[in-house]
Amino acid sequence: MDLTGFEQISATAWRIAPTGAMRVPAIVYADAALIQDMDDKVREQIVNVTTLPGIVGTACAMPDAHWGYGFPIGGVAAFDAAEGGVVSAGGVGFDISCGVRTMRTGLVRADVEPRKREIADALYAAVPAGLGSTGTIRLSGAEMDAMLEGGARWALNRGYGVPADLERIEERGCMDGADAGAVSEKAKLRQRKEMGTLGSGNHYLELQEVRRIFDPDKARAFGIARGDVVIGIHCGSRGLGHQIGTEFLRDMALADARLGIELPDRELACAPIDSDLGRRYLGAMRAGINCALANRQIIGHLVRETIQRLFPAARLDLLFDVSHNTCKVEDHVVDGVSRRLFVHRKGATRAFGPGHPSLPDALREAGQPVFVGGSMGTQSWILAGTAESEIRAYSSACHGAGRAMSRHQATRTWRGREVVDDLAARGIVIRSPSLRGVAEEAPGAYKDVGRVIEATHQAGLAAKVAELRPLACIKG
Amino acid sequence: MPKPASGWSHFPHEADIGLCGFGPTLEDAFAQTALAMTAVVTDPAGVQPLTAVTVECAAPDRELLLIEWLNALIYEMATRGMLFGRFAVAIDGTRLTGTAWGEAISRDRHQPAVEVKGATYTALQIQREAGGNWVARCVVDV
Repeated sequence: MDLTGFEQISATAWRIAPTGAMRVPAIVYADAALIQDMDDKVREQIVNVTTLPGIVGTACAMPDAHWGYGFPIGGVAAFDAAEGGVVSAGGVGFDISCGVRTMRTGLVRADVEPRKREIADALYAAVPAGLGSTGTIRLSGAEMDAMLEGGARWALNRGYGVPADLERIEERGCMDGADAGAVSEKAKLRQRKEMGTLGSGNHYLELQEVRRIFDPDKARAFGIARGDVVIGIHCGSRGLGHQIGTEFLRDMALADARLGIELPDRELACAPIDSDLGRRYLGAMRAGINCALANRQIIGHLVRETIQRLFPAARLDLLFDVSHNTCKVEDHVVDGVSRRLFVHRKGATRAFGPGHPSLPDALREAGQPVFVGGSMGTQSWILAGTAESEIRAYSSACHGAGRAMSRHQATRTWRGREVVDDLAARGIVIRSPSLRGVAEEAPGAYKDVGRVIEATHQAGLAAKVAELRPLACIKG
Repeated sequence: MPKPASGWSHFPHEADIGLCGFGPTLEDAFAQTALAMTAVVTDPAGVQPLTAVTVECAAPDRELLLIEWLNALIYEMATRGMLFGRFAVAIDGTRLTGTAWGEAISRDRHQPAVEVKGATYTALQIQREAGGNWVARCVVDV
């Protein structure tokens, strides 16, 4: 990226002062190498975000930021309704509340190593993955609406999971303010067969080993130790979220055109928070969040059943469940004053620091767990929210490695079978319905997640707790 | 070699995929862009045109109409569990009527690589080139 116009304010922070239509400054958090490797579109997109009405403080891009649509992926921005602030469907994205759930298993690597293939086969059979897969649950009518307004709590009441799961999920498993009536029948129909499915693309279900501990105290608070086996689930709100995003993006774009709101990019289409369209989107988007929470709750239950069938002594409980595509109402201090803001995180993970009132007692002292997925062959990370992150980026951190290569280029570089064999030789078992999908998700197509984590840690956005290594991965 | 009258291609986008369709008419460009979208999922040549599905949509300008067309197809693919390999498009002002021919997804035969979540307004462009050809472009989220 061309760094003209950036002022380097620390080893890991680069600021663009407001000029022209910019209402606030923008900051990109990255080390010198990461920011140089970023596409110029990241700068263009984060600057565009600063022009939106009612934006406050600073628009931020995380160290894994890359070219998105409207907002950059890895973009964070907060809006004040009282200052004419907006909510943007493009600022949340199509996969509403896509996120990661990590479960502890009570198993160690020596338990699972000789049975990895058996575990991978059993998980692959239990959790529908990939395009064209459907779940066994069929939702319609009142039951669909109950799911959209109940989230993981709804799933628990239907027998998926145990009550203790809820306190380890953001919003205690149920997003307030969800309005099933604001969700179209088309969106509901698109979801009818998709509850409890993983989806495709970069979504995964992974058996992981805790390889290294960086902060023993926080690791103890998180209940993880070196050699432990954990399970990571990365997926979102499936077809329902995609349809909500699609429909509201169009409605907002058409409304903006009618109102004469000129945007630097149509994808930034937005509506005032205090407007009928803004309120309807928030109600629908929150229903999408509940759909994602219910979906991960169901998948978590299927995983728990499967692992306990193979290992009767295993005890699966939640470490945490956190999303990275959302708009949430939160209190933040801006220029010394606490304000209630609508925080958009598009490909950025909420990372509340120690003492945050929303955290369960067991995690409050350590800070909120943050999960950063690698790719199939590379490490994933567990971080903890920090106090500084509140000042730097509305308590936000990175969410993944980010692609280094397009899907097309990846399929020309690797064949799926070779990727599977190569990973098998390194002790990582892959199960996927599509070899082409595996090639597109080849580890080499992603940036080095380690560098992103280092910059995130250095910038104070979240602190390193543990590094995870994949043992088996179900790819959608 | 003369340039083909109509066709499609993909262009790179860091996280997602760019679609490009071109042809002698706007309708051809829209149909070719739909083929480019199928190619994100599977080889369009491997999709048998067994069932026809008709979609209708409207939008105030050509660019938004392209997105409506692609999103209508994404919806049909998702709710019918189908893939489409052939398209015909008629455009009357701000209204579009399209037919898509395809079949039920076979995970073994089609090896679907990735699901298309939605068509975005990013890099959205419809142009008429000097030679008269229409070119349509946009990025889809996968």
